[in-house]
Amino acid sequence: MTLLSLTPEEWEAVRLSLKVATVAMIASLPVALAVAWLLARREFWGKSLLNGVVHLPLVMPPVVTGYLLLLTFGTKGPIGAFLAEFGIVFAFRWTGAALACAVMGFPLMVRAIRLSIEAVDTRLESASSTLGASPLWAFLTITLPLTIPGIIAGMILCFAKAMGEFGATITFVSNIPGETQTLPTAIYTLTQVPGGDAGALKLTAISIAISLGALLVSEFLARRAGQRIAA
Amino acid sequence: MSLSVDVRHHLGGLHLEAAFDSSGGITAVFGASGCGKTTLVNVIAGLIRPDVARISVGDTVLVDTTRGTAIPPSRRRIGYVFQEARLFPHMSVETNLAYGEWFTPKAERYARKAQVLDLLGIGHLLKRRPRDLSGGEKQRVAIGRALLASPRLLLMDEPLASLDAPRKAEIMPYLERLRDEVKIPIVYVSHSVAEVMRLATDVAVLSQGKLVAFGSAADIAQRLDLVPAEEREEGGVILDMAVASHDESFDLTLLSSGAGNIYVPGRLGPAGTLARVRIRARDVMLALEEPRNISALNILRGTVADIAPAGAASVNVRLDCGGVAVVARITRHSAAVLKLAPGTPAYAVVKAVSVSGPSSEAR
Repeated sequence: MTLLSLTPEEWEAVRLSLKVATVAMIASLPVALAVAWLLARREFWGKSLLNGVVHLPLVMPPVVTGYLLLLTFGTKGPIGAFLAEFGIVFAFRWTGAALACAVMGFPLMVRAIRLSIEAVDTRLESASSTLGASPLWAFLTITLPLTIPGIIAGMILCFAKAMGEFGATITFVSNIPGETQTLPTAIYTLTQVPGGDAGALKLTAISIAISLGALLVSEFLARRAGQRIAA
Repeated sequence: MSLSVDVRHHLGGLHLEAAFDSSGGITAVFGASGCGKTTLVNVIAGLIRPDVARISVGDTVLVDTTRGTAIPPSRRRIGYVFQEARLFPHMSVETNLAYGEWFTPKAERYARKAQVLDLLGIGHLLKRRPRDLSGGEKQRVAIGRALLASPRLLLMDEPLASLDAPRKAEIMPYLERLRDEVKIPIVYVSHSVAEVMRLATDVAVLSQGKLVAFGSAADIAQRLDLVPAEEREEGGVILDMAVASHDESFDLTLLSSGAGNIYVPGRLGPAGTLARVRIRARDVMLALEEPRNISALNILRGTVADIAPAGAASVNVRLDCGGVAVVARITRHSAAVLKLAPGTPAYAVVKAVSVSGPSSEAR
């Protein structure tokens, strides 16, 4: 067996991991952007509370997050049962894995974007408003473009977190090959069976390669964006 | 178009209270730093919500707190040139210039791009990025960006303050052209006597948030008591004059006005060109008899109108020269020896080289 020949199940785990991480990253983005903007630019009652809730998945044991997701988004959970009526099911589906990854990656994404929005000079926004831009246009033409490096950083952090997410995923959606078995859970499974070491090693190598690749791509994109907007 | 301002606003320790009407041209808002100048223009721009205010440009009421109306800043159509140019770093000069145009309804666009580029001399910068511009170029682009939004009113908050003397000298002529060619009212904030007196039509003087004087530049210039201590040496009168002739052999321009004739070095344009000159009080000598065989070229005849103390050792003597005021700062000693009193006939002596004309001033 050469290093690159993977069994169908192993391929499935790689493919599923990429799908779950990508969906988690893209689905988080609009919400993270909105929350980051609120935290960076608005004062409102309950801001500390929102900030705390956003950061909770970062400080709680992932198993706790996974269990809470199971309680709320499981088929018997309040939100899960409601969504199930519309045919949207998270429990023990790949969508659930994506949800778990999105929740775990969310605080990292919000942090990166929030710092980046805070670094944008509000005086540029007021300049754009005197030139006729409504607050929405000022955000779209000034704040957003200047925040791109932070958005890229946040997306990559979220993606990397999703690629490595284990505790919340396995608690919420279990470890079903072909449906919810991602790279980390597949590696875990392989280490638990006799003779699985070679497979675990291969998946570990793939995991490292993907993480490294994501990091390089983000460096490249962030540098290009940084050059474009440098003052 | 006219501008009418009436503002009362609390901000931190500052209590701003100012009301004035300007009929156009450049209204300078003048005062020491921290006196509320920037707060006032931010209220006009709509960036600060005032406690009590009524501000209108022409027929348009921008804010009227008694009626609860306040147009948001994005719909006021006020051009604002900030102290730091605030160009958008992620856009080229060309895109920066176009930015305000995008948001201006087609029917209300009056600014012509070619004209503005020419007025400010920025046509060759279009493809550049803001970071590749010098301070003076940035400020000119910022002025262009504000103008191309076709504003009803232009606010300029210390546009020269962040620039060194040569850059200031570079921009000044553009500001003068702006004043003469753009037909919208301009509010120009500054703490520099030289800038204000060179550019302003009207001057509003703020001190600790209060409007202490408002009037034409020529009237305010005579009030040397309004000049802040750090600008004391800059106090003096301004005279709006017209070019009478130019002497080729000595390169001197003769200007005429009600006060008499004044020579200034250099060429200021063809006969009839309007020119404003500034004569600092400390550059004026007084004589009781008409001096002869003296190197100073400008000798104006008048009578003493009043004498005001200017520090422990000196006084400001205001001379009425044919209806135009010239102020001389002389020692209290000299005033006593010459027995100067209101009504005393006297001659004001000013060297041509110490008269600040439109092209000679770089401060």
